[in-house]
Amino acid sequence: MLNWLAEAVTYRLLGLNPSTRLAEALRFFLYDTVKVLLMLTLIIYAVAVIRSFFPPERARRLLSGRSQFLGHIAAALLGIVTPFCSCSAVPLFIGFTEAGIPLGVTFSFLISSPMVNEVALVLLWGLFGGRIALLYIATGVTVAIVAGVVIGRLRLEGWVEDYVYQIKMGETAEEKLTWTMRHERSLQFTVDLLKRIWPYVLVGIGVGAFIHGYAPQDFLVRYAGPTNPLAVPIAVAIGVPLYSNAAGTVPIVQALMEKGLPMGTALAFMMAVTALSLPEMVILRRVLKPKLIAVFVAIMTVTIIFVGYLFNAVL
Amino acid sequence: MDIKILGPGCPNCQRLEAHVRQAVGELGLTAQVGKVTDVAEIMGYGLMRTPGLVVNGQVKVAGRVPALDEVKQILAAASRK
Repeated sequence: MLNWLAEAVTYRLLGLNPSTRLAEALRFFLYDTVKVLLMLTLIIYAVAVIRSFFPPERARRLLSGRSQFLGHIAAALLGIVTPFCSCSAVPLFIGFTEAGIPLGVTFSFLISSPMVNEVALVLLWGLFGGRIALLYIATGVTVAIVAGVVIGRLRLEGWVEDYVYQIKMGETAEEKLTWTMRHERSLQFTVDLLKRIWPYVLVGIGVGAFIHGYAPQDFLVRYAGPTNPLAVPIAVAIGVPLYSNAAGTVPIVQALMEKGLPMGTALAFMMAVTALSLPEMVILRRVLKPKLIAVFVAIMTVTIIFVGYLFNAVL
Repeated sequence: MDIKILGPGCPNCQRLEAHVRQAVGELGLTAQVGKVTDVAEIMGYGLMRTPGLVVNGQVKVAGRVPALDEVKQILAAASRK
């Protein structure tokens, strides 16, 4: 249906010849834009409703007093369903620490939460299909567990700012929500988020459409193909400064994959975009000493690069 | 009325503050609107999510920016007490 619409506008309304590059780029742009915006609206709303059942206070309660092993798994999974904004990373970190949740378990949560986010999932799902989206979730959760376990084993509690351990949290009653409230808040959240990200989505799809229509077919195979061992680290390095802008980057990655970018490199790139963000490090600096931030970034970088190589080798 | 906006100064906190100030103006309330940016103090209210809205010492909103209408309702309800 959507494809028919995109074709009708491109070929009939604008009278472009289907065999030209411009027509192909435009059809691709229209199709992806409508599809992605529709999916974003529906899925962000659905995720927001699900998340209204998992406030961070609940995650905190569920994670405190759990064994290390189960704790990491639970934290990585809760990271997916608990609403999280990097601006709340500091109170969340302190709240978890105050509840006696081990440092490594808290990190598992802090890694999976931004990495497995609804915008990245919608775009992966819409542009690559369900299999890749699920692969991304599974890999993201695994990375969060592994990196959290490593940080936990290193016993770095002394590298947390001292004042964190002195803070006493006040008590609040958990809010009772009706379905109407969940609906209204989720709707408002969806509208707010879409308002913020739509320009990035359009620019991303636009650049992707340009690559799709104009770049030669084997454009990337030569430079970033599986035979270039440096491609994965370079992709990660490029991904870091694009912090958390999944909306703009996924469409470009999709177009690049058509031109020969291998899956592992693409996954590593996406993870670097979502999970290694400079602003978040700056925010976490308020609770973590620089040494711990450096260790965190190093572990994440190594794990993500490993994921890239692994998937390039097996897929 | 004593109103406090809890948050480290992120864009969401600023949007909440704008809503609160507009609501106070439109309702014609006499209120002191203050900001709490210190993490220890924010945690003292039991909040793990910012921004937060505290009216007369009570946490009314945590972790989201309510629409202007909702802020008005909250403040109007608090002023009747």
